[in-house]
Amino acid sequence: MAVIELAGIARVFHLGDSVVHALDRLDVSIEPGEYVAIMGPSGSGKSTLLNLLGLLDRPDAGSYRLEGRDVTTLSPDEQAAVRSRRIGFVFQSFHLVPRLTAAENIALPMMLAGIPAAERAQRVTQALKDFGLDQRAGHRPDQLSGGQRQRVAIARATIMQPAVLLADEPTGNLDRATGDDVINLLEALNQRGMTLIVVTHDAKIGARAKRQLMMEDGLLKSDSGRG
Amino acid sequence: MRKADVLRFARDAATAYPLRTSLSVLAMAIGVAAVVVLTALGDGARRYVVDQFSALGSNLVIVLPGRSATGGFSPANALTTTPHDLTIDDAFALTRLPLVRRVAPLTVGNSEINANGRLREVVVAGTTSTYTDIRNFKMAAGSFLPEGDWNRGAPVVVIGSKIKEEIFGGNPAVGELVRLGDRRLRVVGVLKSTGQGLGMNTDELVFVPAGVAQSLFNTHTLFRILIEARGRDEIEAVKREVTTALKARHGGEEDVTVITQDAVLATFDKLLRALTAAVAGIAAISLAVAGILVMNVMLVAVTQRTAEIGLLKALGARGATIRDAFMAEAAMLSLVGAFTGYGLGLFGAFVLRQMYPVFPAYPPDWAVIAALLTSLSTGLVFGIMPARRAARLDPVQALMKH
Ligand SMILES: Nc1ncnc2c1ncn2[C@@H]1O[C@H](COP(=O)(O)OP(=O)(O)OP(=O)(O)O)[C@@H](O)[C@H]1O
Ligand SMILES: [Mg+2]
Repeated sequence: MAVIELAGIARVFHLGDSVVHALDRLDVSIEPGEYVAIMGPSGSGKSTLLNLLGLLDRPDAGSYRLEGRDVTTLSPDEQAAVRSRRIGFVFQSFHLVPRLTAAENIALPMMLAGIPAAERAQRVTQALKDFGLDQRAGHRPDQLSGGQRQRVAIARATIMQPAVLLADEPTGNLDRATGDDVINLLEALNQRGMTLIVVTHDAKIGARAKRQLMMEDGLLKSDSGRG
Repeated sequence: MRKADVLRFARDAATAYPLRTSLSVLAMAIGVAAVVVLTALGDGARRYVVDQFSALGSNLVIVLPGRSATGGFSPANALTTTPHDLTIDDAFALTRLPLVRRVAPLTVGNSEINANGRLREVVVAGTTSTYTDIRNFKMAAGSFLPEGDWNRGAPVVVIGSKIKEEIFGGNPAVGELVRLGDRRLRVVGVLKSTGQGLGMNTDELVFVPAGVAQSLFNTHTLFRILIEARGRDEIEAVKREVTTALKARHGGEEDVTVITQDAVLATFDKLLRALTAAVAGIAAISLAVAGILVMNVMLVAVTQRTAEIGLLKALGARGATIRDAFMAEAAMLSLVGAFTGYGLGLFGAFVLRQMYPVFPAYPPDWAVIAALLTSLSTGLVFGIMPARRAARLDPVQALMKH
């Protein structure tokens, strides 16, 4: 069974008189454990698609089934619960909370989910070790390098063991070498079974994925997974 | 999200912006402190006046010569211009009224006291032995004026503590002779020091029998007649009895004013309570201002932390969780401000009491409770709007603000 099934998804923005079809009748199906790169020119709808997949945005038409369940009809609170448990986000600009330490940032999703502090501490310690951040647990984001920040962000995105990891330009703010480290890290997670969807401008990074979705003007121009 | 985590998160968020947080806490603190100190002042004034009045005696009815202006027009007033004197006989006649427990006439004048080679001006009060029972005087030595014929009176004097100090120093005064004007009087008692009070401070007074005072000042009229009713419920009846009795003695003319201490006290009490409430109300305006400041601070916080709110939503926070976190932050600002202000206010009242020891400047309970509740509720009410705004933010839009 597909982890993600999009059918006839459309997202329309109205800007004054003009109408922007950010997503236009999209049909995509992604299997568990897949590694997908979403590519395309600027403004083609990549981020809009990722936001829809992450339940941060609602489509104007079509249906979205996540792990077999229609999630477009869920209430906002139910969607929040799905985001909390089944989806992990990694952003281009890291989005770490500046006043919290690395450990506290990683613990944030567990705190929001109401997981007891003792269990949080234990899982954070493990995650810090897994992501090579044990020496940085008490550091605030401004005391970390870009690569370390993104590693904290990835640790945070995966701490709840989501079904799908969504990354929007995860290397956009990093130099080549650090960016490669981050991609390696994401791929390692994918190899352990996590579905990975990466939006990228970078053809090299895109080429590393098993499957490429090419977007243009809100339409899916090509999908390497379908031949 | 667990409650403890909401509170911790809110606390960390507030302390991450120390200047902004401390300013709004300060504003709230000033508001609460203002209410506490000002009501302490107002209520202190009220208590002070009430205490002083109570010290004058209980169930007191006082007769003043002359008709008070509030009496209104009456043909009798229009016809006679000179009221009758209020005499010792008038006072004595009142002792026969059934509801009256005690009566004390009072004449007041200035004279010189001369003894032991020292001379000083004194205020002389002419009265009777009953006066000490009405006023509850405490004696430092000897006894108060002896009982006897009200009109004649023995050649004796009771002196205040300060007079005794100045004339006799550390030596005993009782039994000594003093000159008061052209009279030679024997000291029979020394009053205990009472300190500063409303009306007469007995420390610098001397008491002589009413008859002695009247011949000393060559007068027949009294300054006051003090009457103690048999009970609190009899005060109004005594007032009527006294008025009727004196009217009969003065040829049908109502030429005296009878006041009750209760009425005066009630008026003062009401006035000062109203004043305290008004002052509290004015101070409460600063609480509303502080509430608006908290709202402003929280709106700034929402704007400044828009990206963070978007992130929290992406990480699975429900709208209600975000709302609670921001409400908790607003509540903390108000709560810390309120209790800081309460502490400051109590300290202010303490300083007032140190500076003016006779002045019981304690904030009334109602004012403290009202101030704390008002500050908390303004903080919460003004916190709702920013918190709801935060909860309603669109996560995609919010995440783009960076
Ligand atoms: N909130 C919005 N209001 C109006 N138009 C929007 C909004 N969000 C996106 N769009 C429009 O939808 C289209 C797709 O935007 P989207 O952000 O998905 O592009 P993208 O492929 O991620 O581009 P980039 O590579 O530059 O990030 C664009 O034309 C954009 O202007
Ligand atoms: Mg984009």
